[in-house]
Amino acid sequence: MSRQTLHIHGVTRSFPAQGKGAPTLALRPTDLTVAPGEFVAILGPSGCGKSTLLRIVAGLDTPSGGTLALDATPIRGPGAERGMVFQSYTLFPWLTVAENIAYGLRERGLPRAEQRAIVARFIARTGLAGFEDHWPKQLSGGMQQRCALARALANDPEILLLDEPFGALDHQTRELMQELLLEIWQADRKTVLFVTHDIDEAIFLASRVLVMSARPGGIKSEVVVPLPYPREWTVKTTVEFAALKARLMGDIREEVRKSIG
Amino acid sequence: MHPLKPISRAARLFLGAAFFAAFIAAWALATYGGYVPPLFLASPGKTLVAGWSLFTEFGFAGDIAITLFRVVGGFLIAAVIAVPLGLAMGAFKPVEAFFEPFVSFARYLPASAFIPLLILWAGVDEKQKLSVIVIGSVFQLIIMVSVIASATRRDLVEAAYTLGSRPAGIVRRVIVPAAAPQVMETLRLVLGWAWTYVIVAELIGAQSGIGHMIMDSQRLLDTGQMIFGIAVIGVIGLVTDMLFKAMNRALFPWAAL
Ligand SMILES: Nc1ncnc2c1ncn2[C@@H]1O[C@H](COP(=O)(O)OP(=O)(O)OP(=O)(O)O)[C@@H](O)[C@H]1O
Ligand SMILES: [Mg+2]
Repeated sequence: MSRQTLHIHGVTRSFPAQGKGAPTLALRPTDLTVAPGEFVAILGPSGCGKSTLLRIVAGLDTPSGGTLALDATPIRGPGAERGMVFQSYTLFPWLTVAENIAYGLRERGLPRAEQRAIVARFIARTGLAGFEDHWPKQLSGGMQQRCALARALANDPEILLLDEPFGALDHQTRELMQELLLEIWQADRKTVLFVTHDIDEAIFLASRVLVMSARPGGIKSEVVVPLPYPREWTVKTTVEFAALKARLMGDIREEVRKSIG
Repeated sequence: MHPLKPISRAARLFLGAAFFAAFIAAWALATYGGYVPPLFLASPGKTLVAGWSLFTEFGFAGDIAITLFRVVGGFLIAAVIAVPLGLAMGAFKPVEAFFEPFVSFARYLPASAFIPLLILWAGVDEKQKLSVIVIGSVFQLIIMVSVIASATRRDLVEAAYTLGSRPAGIVRRVIVPAAAPQVMETLRLVLGWAWTYVIVAELIGAQSGIGHMIMDSQRLLDTGQMIFGIAVIGVIGLVTDMLFKAMNRALFPWAAL
């Protein structure tokens, strides 16, 4: 269970000019509050600043202005309480699956026995049993992302930041991963900030969907998803789902068109 | 043949041995066929005989031992300085900014040009021989290790940060393991250079070692001994290279995948 609230207040980011060009404003002043246990999906056209926003929350990038805090604690750099799964494969190639999952636990200096117990639990939850001693390169893309998810979750973060974690996977694997993530989230109720291009994915998983405007990005609209949890994949065939999808599609098409010019 | 397609172990061994065989055959043809006068190039048979007498009459085993000691000693001193410094430069940009310009300058100084100066400073004893090897390899090694460490994947560093690593943890648990296989490959390469420097150092002002033996043989116009000495260096190089490769495979199984 997450307990802390994420406060984002007037956060902006502009990147310095390249050569003679003007500086790139990637993120307009953005306000967002994420309550504990919320699953917030962020949708938006390519280049609108979704990754930038997530990286700022993770502490991997510094905002040009504005403030961020987890409850009352300002965010000033990366920390274990904000776990992240990236779009690219970022397992440590020199560590086995089990060692990758134990990475954060070892950094915290947890006793070996405790590490092993936690790793075993997340191996089971992400369906990686039998692959504990494999190297990342011996895994399929879907398995690597499950392992990355297990690695982030094993650290028991307050908030989970997911930047298109299933973006590189094929459609079937992707749907299975969505169900796996949903199952885990329904059990743990961790705060999740989930960036995606995929409208279905956003509606299926999230309790709230934010649509970002074309660059310079900002939050254009917000849709609360009224579908009750626990959700099954069959929810994708319901009328409510289709109505939400139609509405979000309209919003996004407009922004994508703007971003193309 | 298809580009990048691996071959079997047996085929690899056979092809590697085949070139050695072809090389020796060409050598035999040139010498036994009378195409090259014996004064310039001894035949394979003469070379083996000369080698035998080197071991039995001239104590060549002692020369090999002292040369090996110099190579390994100089190489280890260079590695102990260069690997930590190179990693620190790659990881921390202020450290890099401090050392990099000087190291880049120093690595163009030819080690052999230092020999006369080193003889003045250190005499003709072991210190001078080791210094030549260290000067010849340490600066190159520092730069290469620092480039390897700088190239650590940023996304892995970022992932480690989001898992709670502090800067010291990033160095110890990301930069060092990520760089390790390539650093070992670089050490393998530099060990080869150390052999070049040791022989150069032994050609001038030495009383022992393989290089000294080769110089002595030149005075006696014994091309058989000279070629045998050179071949011995090659064989030792080949063996250490194979040991290094086997060690890397054992230490870093993940890197070979
Ligand atoms: N390091 C950087 N330097 C300069 N500009 C950058 C940098 N990183 C991002 N940008 C710019 O900021 C804008 C937002 O980038 P960001 O990666 O956040 O987009 P995104 O919404 O995640 O896109 P995508 O969906 O394609 O991943 C882009 O226009 C990009 O050109
Ligand atoms: Mg992105």
